[in-house]
Amino acid sequence: MSEQSLKISGLAASVAGNQILSGVDLEVRPGEVHAVMGPNGAGKSTLSHVIMGKPGYEATAGSVTVDGVDILSLPTWQRAQTGLFLAMQYPTEVPGVSLDDMLSNSFNASGRSTDGLSDALASEADRLAFGREFLERPLNVDMSGGERKRNETLQLTVLKPKYAILDELDSGLDIDALRVVSRRVEAATNEDQLGVLVITHYNRLLSELKPDRVHVLAGGRIAASGGPELALELEASGYADYAEPGAA
Amino acid sequence: MNERFSPDVLDSAAGLSARSGRADAAAAAVTTGLPTTETEEWRYSPISDSDFVELLNGLSPVLAAPSADAVERAEQYRQTVLERFESIAASVLILDGYVVDVDVDPGWAAKGLKLEVDQDRWLAAEPSEPTKFDQLHQAFSPGAIVIQSSGQVAITDPVVVVTHHESPSTLSCPHLVVEASEAGELTVVEHQTSAAGAGLQLPITELVAGKASRLRYTVVQENSEDHVQIGRQLSSVDGQASLTSGVAAFGGRYLRLRTDSRLIGRGANASLIAAYYGDGDQIHDFRTFQHHEARDTRSDLLFKGTQDDRSGSIYTGLIHIHPDGAGTNAFQTNRNVKLSDEAWAWSVPNLEIENNEVHCSHASTVSPVDDDQRFYLHARGVPPTAADRLIVAGFYDEVLTRLPSEAARQRVQELINTKLDRRIGNQADEA
Repeated sequence: MSEQSLKISGLAASVAGNQILSGVDLEVRPGEVHAVMGPNGAGKSTLSHVIMGKPGYEATAGSVTVDGVDILSLPTWQRAQTGLFLAMQYPTEVPGVSLDDMLSNSFNASGRSTDGLSDALASEADRLAFGREFLERPLNVDMSGGERKRNETLQLTVLKPKYAILDELDSGLDIDALRVVSRRVEAATNEDQLGVLVITHYNRLLSELKPDRVHVLAGGRIAASGGPELALELEASGYADYAEPGAA
Repeated sequence: MNERFSPDVLDSAAGLSARSGRADAAAAAVTTGLPTTETEEWRYSPISDSDFVELLNGLSPVLAAPSADAVERAEQYRQTVLERFESIAASVLILDGYVVDVDVDPGWAAKGLKLEVDQDRWLAAEPSEPTKFDQLHQAFSPGAIVIQSSGQVAITDPVVVVTHHESPSTLSCPHLVVEASEAGELTVVEHQTSAAGAGLQLPITELVAGKASRLRYTVVQENSEDHVQIGRQLSSVDGQASLTSGVAAFGGRYLRLRTDSRLIGRGANASLIAAYYGDGDQIHDFRTFQHHEARDTRSDLLFKGTQDDRSGSIYTGLIHIHPDGAGTNAFQTNRNVKLSDEAWAWSVPNLEIENNEVHCSHASTVSPVDDDQRFYLHARGVPPTAADRLIVAGFYDEVLTRLPSEAARQRVQELINTKLDRRIGNQADEA
């Protein structure tokens, strides 16, 4: 039995021919929360997109495995079906497609029963203080930034992946919403042993969602790793210490 | 034109009334040329003389009303359609252009719903530049079914019209007139079908919304894949009246529909929508006009289509604000999803504004399925074929919610799903 983890090894990636990541190593085990922080342009979102296989983001070296399964050779939907979830920074509007339709199709593809899906959506919406009327809306259409992030979290809790990447989940959320969403994700780490990779620019989210490990992504690789105290240091001193040589 | 369309044949045409203008129209049709892409009207249409010459050479007009046997066979089409409705105010069966049966609910008849066949009817206003097809219609149409409300009564159940084109290699000319009386309300849903090899159909639909009336009309076209249809829809909306006209075009080899929507009274409102989906070698060709001829009128046009395989579509539309059209709000949107490299779509919206106190907008897009939408669904574990199916079906949502008949909406949803299932089937075959 291979080791249970989301394991990123020596991952290099380029976008439109420009190398953005040049050897990222990270390992998230079930129930753990890892935070990836870094200055703007460090490649934080590129990391999430490469892991999920977004078109245009090309892994050029290294590997990403989910519980031992190499996912870089898989199409995006199969990566998701291995138990990986990406909460997007800017969730896309999909007119005319309901949450229920999308999740039913996802469940069907993996042979999961859709019995109880509607109930699960309703009870999870309640838990996230997300109005049930939003369940009827087409995906992300006419939703505020905060509503979209609750919607992302709702999908996470219903799909029940093994590992979730939360890309700037805090952007667009007010402080109350941030607390509700963080608590729900934290509960999933305890109840379902969800492994979490949080990508964030600010410490705000991490004061709610306590990370086990904090990593600084700079210059296309992990420049430093530490405990939660590292996030506090960054809050105080900024990312200047990790600026690339020669960078302004 | 072949000799079967000669004016002489009218002398022995048992099914056609001796209304004035027939023979002249037939004579004119002999000499009028076919439409060409040289004219603005047909500029974007991929038609060639030879296509039409070949088609017309193989056709005959339908000179006599269908036999009782033929009517009995056509009944199945009406029954299939009627099963989709919970209750109806009336139903009409039109076969090869002939109104062969009219069935009106006595309760609604008592409240003023009238359906009458008018064999002498031609257009109240002649088209300014009649095409060969208009002339053929005028010459060979057996007449119109006129559906009217009377008084300020809301006919809340729909009138269902089933138009079937059956006889092989024929030209059929159905003519439907719907008139909502002042402050009345009327809903008509038409379903069009055809047998393989039937030929060419030239439907004309006139929608007349009297003052302060509500008129709702939907046509669902699911003709056979070799069928050619060249139709006209003429509507006029009087003061404070509202018209909703929905077109769903799924069948046929070539469908051409010209719509002329006139807003003639102050405060008139028209909602004009269409959903179309072509695959194989189908062509859907729309030419729309929104004429704002009075103050404070509003029109909102939304046409959405999909092109797959080698199919194509043309949308050319004009918003025309007349000098008397102050306070007009006019919108025109055409969006297309292109599902294959060989598919094509032209989209050409236009404005002609003769009064400055107006709000007008037009928008058009032709694009493949959105990559970000795809990625979003894939990232949630939805496989690519299922994701495209969801996205394309969802693309029509905006149109479907505006269709003024629940039964038609459900049928259109089924037709979209059938197209998408066929697409998935084809992809599986290729894999």
